[in-house]
Amino acid sequence: MNVFDIIGPIMIGPSSSHTAGAARIGRMAGALLGAPAVQAEIRLHGSFAKTYRGHGTDKALIAGILGMKPDDARLRDSPALAKQAGLSVTIIPDHIESAHPNTALIALTAADGRRVSVQGASVGGGNILITRVNGMPVEITGQYASLIVLHRDAPGTIAAVTDCLGSYGVNICNFRLAREQKGGTAVMTIETDGSIDRALNEKIRALPNIIGSTRLEPV
Amino acid sequence: MELRYNNLAGLVCAATESGRQISELVLADQAEQMEKDPEFLFQEMDRRLTVMDEAADQGVQPDLRSTSGLTGGSAYLLRLAAGSGNTLCGSVFTRALARALAVSELNAAMGRIVAAPTAGSCGILPAAVLTMLHDRSVPRRACVMSLFTASAVGMVIANNACLAGAQGGCQAECGSASAMAAAALVELAGGSPKMAAHAVAIALKNILGLVCDPVAGLVEIPCIKRNASGVANAFTAAELALAGVTSAIPADEVIVAMKHIGDAMPSALRETSEGGLAATPTGRRLAAELFGM
Repeated sequence: MNVFDIIGPIMIGPSSSHTAGAARIGRMAGALLGAPAVQAEIRLHGSFAKTYRGHGTDKALIAGILGMKPDDARLRDSPALAKQAGLSVTIIPDHIESAHPNTALIALTAADGRRVSVQGASVGGGNILITRVNGMPVEITGQYASLIVLHRDAPGTIAAVTDCLGSYGVNICNFRLAREQKGGTAVMTIETDGSIDRALNEKIRALPNIIGSTRLEPV
Repeated sequence: MELRYNNLAGLVCAATESGRQISELVLADQAEQMEKDPEFLFQEMDRRLTVMDEAADQGVQPDLRSTSGLTGGSAYLLRLAAGSGNTLCGSVFTRALARALAVSELNAAMGRIVAAPTAGSCGILPAAVLTMLHDRSVPRRACVMSLFTASAVGMVIANNACLAGAQGGCQAECGSASAMAAAALVELAGGSPKMAAHAVAIALKNILGLVCDPVAGLVEIPCIKRNASGVANAFTAAELALAGVTSAIPADEVIVAMKHIGDAMPSALRETSEGGLAATPTGRRLAAELFGM
């Protein structure tokens, strides 16, 4: 904790959890799609579903998908800006089983048909936790540079990836592994202290058993 | 030297022994902790004061309304009252109330604010410090520095209690903001670090037990008016401490008492909107009209 955790963040109101955190979840979803979205289907759960209008949670999520930060003054006009950008948005108050009370599940589609679904919770003070990407369990806080590596569950795959990071002098601060079943598809979520550059990510993509790797900047 | 933010007494002692302000020690310490130049941290804090100042200006527009439509426009009324010269406690005090309302109403209207320590309590600290800046002609540099003192108070509270209404009730949000503002005011008025600690104790004592019961779950009713009362309380506590009044219960013990009171609060009174003002007939009606809750 430091002084700027107490006096900060600079944000668009009214709520650090329902507005600032929501914007960060949206921004994470947009980054994971990696291209401008043309369609967004946003499911809201719990307190998000009940109070999203009064807190501008919907506007914050849309602003985030458009790439805005939580202190961007255009946030409150995001529905109109989405329309201008060719993004059509559907908001669905819903129930998501055993999810945190402030949870959004965002399904995005890009112009080329590429899709991504991201489930995230706003856990207080503007902090977030992305818990699922395309249905796979992950843990991303958005406070660090992150790498999401989809791979086949095979011996030595994790070591190869972490070796690669180590050879670039990148220190891992959080690591999580989830797999569907033994030998099936698995996903590594890696958060690092320093940034992860494009060349490093390309090297990881080229490793055996790697299906895909996405790098994310802190949001 | 590394500062510890686990109690206020230690910070006061370090400041008193070195003959410096709490803010100076905190800035030096934080620069070391974050491995940054002190001037960089000062500028970062200065930027926050600028956002606070802009928010206090933007929030007094007469036609400002929240997204829900429930609130807005009361800061404007206070600004008019301050301008009329016909106020009970003098125009400086009325302008402080107007600033607290303005920042808080702007927050509800999706304007840009600085959480201090939270968005729900974002009007209190700016109102205190900006009033010293604009109405008391305190140099800007001192005003920015006072935010470091306020932050230190906030960190001590966070380490020993909490700052979230959902956890500790409104006392944890507006109470903490008020205590932070009281410490800043004492420093800006030339008081000693000891006086600042007494002001923290007094401000917090006066808000102990305040529940978090927002109508319809929104950061509006009663949050906005509690920001006005929070800055009034900060001035009260600072004025008492500057006059030499001391708190019988030390600030660190008051903070722990706040934690225990928060723990004892039923969940209906901790931001769930199931009790208190949210559960009044009018509170329920407004919620139903807005969300069909």
